[in-house]
Amino acid sequence: MKAYSLPNKSGHFGDYGGIFVSETLMQPLKELREAYEKLRKDKKFRAEFENDLREYVGRPSPLYFAKRLSENWGGARIYLKREDLNHTGAHKINNTIGQALVARHMGKRRVIAETGAGQHGVATATVAARFGMQCVVYMGSEDMKRQAINVYRMKLLGAEVVPVESGSKTLKDALNEAMRDWVTHVSDTFYIIGTVAGPHPYPMMVRDFQSVIGREARAQIMKLEKRLPHALVACVGGGSNAMGLFYPFINDKKVEMYGVEAEGEGMHTGKHAATLCAGKPGVLHGNRTYLLETEDGQIIDTHSISAGLDYPGVGPEHSFLKDSKRARYVSITDKEALEAFHELTRTEGIMPALESSHALAYAKKLARELGRKKIIIVNLSGRGDKDIHTVANLEGIKF
Amino acid sequence: MSRLAAQFKTLKQQKRCALIPYITAGDPASWVTVPLLHALVKSGADILEIGVPFSDPMADGPVIQRAAERALKHHISLGKIFAMLREFREKDKTTPLVLMGYLNPIEVMGYKRFAEQAAAAGVDGVLTVDLPPEEAKTFQLAMKLQKLDTIFLLAPTSPADRIKLIADAASGFIYYVSLRGVTGAANLDVGEVAAKLKQIRRRTKLPLGVGFGIGSPEVAAQVAEFADAVVVGSAVVKRIEELAAVPDKILIEVPAFIAQLRRAMDQAAPAAVSGVRE
Repeated sequence: MKAYSLPNKSGHFGDYGGIFVSETLMQPLKELREAYEKLRKDKKFRAEFENDLREYVGRPSPLYFAKRLSENWGGARIYLKREDLNHTGAHKINNTIGQALVARHMGKRRVIAETGAGQHGVATATVAARFGMQCVVYMGSEDMKRQAINVYRMKLLGAEVVPVESGSKTLKDALNEAMRDWVTHVSDTFYIIGTVAGPHPYPMMVRDFQSVIGREARAQIMKLEKRLPHALVACVGGGSNAMGLFYPFINDKKVEMYGVEAEGEGMHTGKHAATLCAGKPGVLHGNRTYLLETEDGQIIDTHSISAGLDYPGVGPEHSFLKDSKRARYVSITDKEALEAFHELTRTEGIMPALESSHALAYAKKLARELGRKKIIIVNLSGRGDKDIHTVANLEGIKF
Repeated sequence: MSRLAAQFKTLKQQKRCALIPYITAGDPASWVTVPLLHALVKSGADILEIGVPFSDPMADGPVIQRAAERALKHHISLGKIFAMLREFREKDKTTPLVLMGYLNPIEVMGYKRFAEQAAAAGVDGVLTVDLPPEEAKTFQLAMKLQKLDTIFLLAPTSPADRIKLIADAASGFIYYVSLRGVTGAANLDVGEVAAKLKQIRRRTKLPLGVGFGIGSPEVAAQVAEFADAVVVGSAVVKRIEELAAVPDKILIEVPAFIAQLRRAMDQAAPAAVSGVRE
């Protein structure tokens, strides 16, 4: 059996990925590629990264057996990979630490980022503060209203948060604006992309930094259960926490992988963000991948209760894993995710992010199908504190 | 000879620099586009660049993004744009037409179908901003089969090896992005552009157009001294935006601006035409 070795040299995962950007960015991307290729093999760089993950992020994160939840659901043994316990409360920081280190090695003093819910923005502002870098975060003005507390967190950390008024005023528009900033300040600026999307080498680089999740989980489950899990479950917006969990298991062919997309108010309503389940291949934000688009190739506005899954594209490696059937992609509605949010909170005392609640909701269905002898690892990608307002609003509670 | 090659040949003989205005198709209303294109030609445009609106125009500044949003409000699509251009071609068989846009609408249509329909509509060249030559092989093949030119960008950040790569891949002309930034930005350094064009000319005999950030007759005239074509986009689209509520005026005032650019460029020193300088 041939080991998985994608992307290829030109950044392709089968038909997907690649580099689709304007000429101005081609050379900066080449410089990034060369710098990263050198650093990823560099022992000193890896030690630096691992040290930061341990001392600053607080890794390894536990792989927690959710006993009461498993019993309640009456099926497989559910393990939670506790990325919610990382510094700043989500998996995002694994990647921003890695990219900030690359930026430092490349001599860039200014970092920029896009953010939807604000989690990646906060993770970027955090590492920028720690490394003493100038930081500018682009955020849709709609998202800024919905996530005012994260905006303030970024400002406290010293970042400048720039409202984006174009298009749908959400994550995809923030990404466009960050790309424009990068094109304009290309000589001194490093663009920290928050997910496994964008032009090569970003999908690979972000996956590599996030794959600490799966490496730890694999070692932990072998120690705890002395066998591999039957299934991995993770939510997919852009797909970085899912790629991080999946990648170290990719050659373990018996381990099933489930990527859970946001079905919003239901597939039939059109108000969802289930790119892989309902989209078609196209080109956006520098790579070829599945997209939610009109018949004319215009990108559609998406909907999800969780801002972090509210994206009309998806990382190209997921598109490849879908077509090659190595991973399966399913969807969960706002309502189902919300139920899972409450169930985990009440049975385990762990409040999950609404993003991660999508993964949990699917794990519940899968647990019953698989039965009690099987093991499921769910990536609990973030904590739910940031979503308390959303949940309260839905229940008609005002503070 | 293609319309683009013929036009550049004529201009070279006249020692004139081509003026290429850019408008977004269907902005602010569908009916404006065809009469506006004719009026632009009458007031001195040599080649017309027609923007295909896209929901996520990453390489464009706010002015052109808003134009795309206005056009998309009434669902301007490639199909509708081809219909407009067929209508334009009924009265104008010579002015070269260049489509400028992003890859995704073309992907959705399919390269082969796109090229066939573009050729049938009288399009001469296509510039796809987010399609570098590395990813363009299949697209270029479809374009070549229809005798359409694939126009590529070069940028201030392009080193010698990319200049060679793009010079080898491009046809029609090469579009030099005159600044590090998006369309309509204001940090153009004319001296730097001139030096870079000199470097590019050592690698290619193709005509060189310059765009992104040329917003006034003065700058257009300065660039006309060493470029084969000057592309003016955001400055044109901004005037369209200001008159969006009174589209009839667009047909008078935008061509008047083009005439102003034309006069300024013609008063400048003759263009250093392609293939002459070594």
